[in-house]
Amino acid sequence: MTALSFQDVSLSYGGRAVLERVSFAVEEGSFVGVLGPNGAGKTTLLRAVLGLIAPSAGAIKVLGETPRRGNAAIGYMPQARRLPPTLGLTGYDLVVGAAGGHRWGWPFASAAEKAMATEALERVGANDLAKRPFSELSGGERQRILIAEALLGNPKLLLLDEPLISLDAAHQRSVVELVRKIGSELGIAVLFCSHEINPLLHAVDEVLYLGGGKAAIGGVDEVINGDVLSKLYGTPITVLRANGRIFVLADDVSIEGAEHGHDHDHEHL
Amino acid sequence: MVMTTITSIFDYDFMRNAFIATTIVGIVAGAVGYFLVLRGETFAGHALAHVGFPGATGAVLIGLSPIAGLTIFTIIAGIGIGILGNKAHRDVAIGIVLTLSLGLGLLFLHFYTAYAAQATNVLFGNVLGISVDTIWALAGLAVVSLVGLLLIARPLLFASLQPEFAEARGVRLTLVSTLFLVIVALSTVEAMQIVGVLLVFALMVAPAAIALRLTRRIGTGIAVSIILAVAIAWLSLVLAYLTDWPTSFWITALGGIGYFLSAARFDRRRTA
Repeated sequence: MTALSFQDVSLSYGGRAVLERVSFAVEEGSFVGVLGPNGAGKTTLLRAVLGLIAPSAGAIKVLGETPRRGNAAIGYMPQARRLPPTLGLTGYDLVVGAAGGHRWGWPFASAAEKAMATEALERVGANDLAKRPFSELSGGERQRILIAEALLGNPKLLLLDEPLISLDAAHQRSVVELVRKIGSELGIAVLFCSHEINPLLHAVDEVLYLGGGKAAIGGVDEVINGDVLSKLYGTPITVLRANGRIFVLADDVSIEGAEHGHDHDHEHL
Repeated sequence: MVMTTITSIFDYDFMRNAFIATTIVGIVAGAVGYFLVLRGETFAGHALAHVGFPGATGAVLIGLSPIAGLTIFTIIAGIGIGILGNKAHRDVAIGIVLTLSLGLGLLFLHFYTAYAAQATNVLFGNVLGISVDTIWALAGLAVVSLVGLLLIARPLLFASLQPEFAEARGVRLTLVSTLFLVIVALSTVEAMQIVGVLLVFALMVAPAAIALRLTRRIGTGIAVSIILAVAIAWLSLVLAYLTDWPTSFWITALGGIGYFLSAARFDRRRTA
């Protein structure tokens, strides 16, 4: 069954066309790396799936339905942001607050919300971690808590926006492995955004490569090669492989990983 | 000697009124201010207070009570700022509305010269001139603000701490933010009665900012913020009584001193 499909979808952000007439489908249980340089439209694509922006043309189907706000069947992890350093909120506070955060009223957690939070934290193995203040956790530990938030209520589709940002190689690997494991345990489709392919290389079933307003989907070798990417960008692209890593070059400038470690706020402002 | 002087404060009606009024306002300003500082929207609160200036002076011009004019003007401004959302130029827009408001207030004063003597009261507050009627108005506004805060606290916190995630989970960010700013508008109307349009920061922001530095839990933070706001206001009334200096001065001074002390303590804790 199809978890997500785009049919001739155009998306624009702030008056700028980001994607034009893009079509692809993601099968249930598939682990998809969503790749492309900054501004290629990764965050915009996720926001459209979440029903937060409407496509200017075409049709999106999420688990057989049109996208709608607050769809509990989708788990989402936005790019990480900092909390005020004096707040001593623990990871558990954040997760349990998110579990019922859409309801009106004073923030007292119900028994059901506490159970949801514990279940989600257990799945990422962060029940002990979650007892510590969030602002004192390392980057990798924070991502674990945020992934737990995305798992609240057992979603059927998981959307993760740049979970690898500002993590070192070892933590990148453990986050990818964790997500891969969760995806196959639950049998759900995962869209994993990254501006670098290499940390995902051995984990993904498919890659969805965004660039030049278009998209290409398929296996790593099918998509990340000179022909497909040159067509996508409309400019000659060379793909090099060395030591089991992939380098994407345009006019001798590396596209993949070129902006690694930068702040990506402007992409979703 | 000092004790008898202090207890003699309560011999005066206007002093009793002032204590009741500052208690009501301190509770509201402390609680609402906590969320305002947490959300980083203190500039919006400052601007809402300034919008009150033409509200109060304009209301007198057309024969309404100043507090009614204040309430209407600040609520409209609160909705306006909320709908603007987190746009890049929001601060510029707020700043321009802020100056425009002071200009309009000046114009209204120009037309209604008999009211000019009251201008200082609107700008800097006159806690010793609070009537029993005003206390009832303050109590009414306080109940509305606090009940409102109680109703939106959960999505407000969620939206403040994790806005993108909250939006994806179905929280309507603009609605929550606008409702909150209406509550802020009502609270600034309250604070203005004590410290005036220009010094609303002293009651809305200083106690909350101190509380955010000294506490780690949200519940205790709000409680400390309320206690500080009320304590600062009471102590200022006593000091004003003893020194004959303006109460509003003492409120700003105590708030400022408290803030810088807490900042120093916080810096030490961070480097420790």
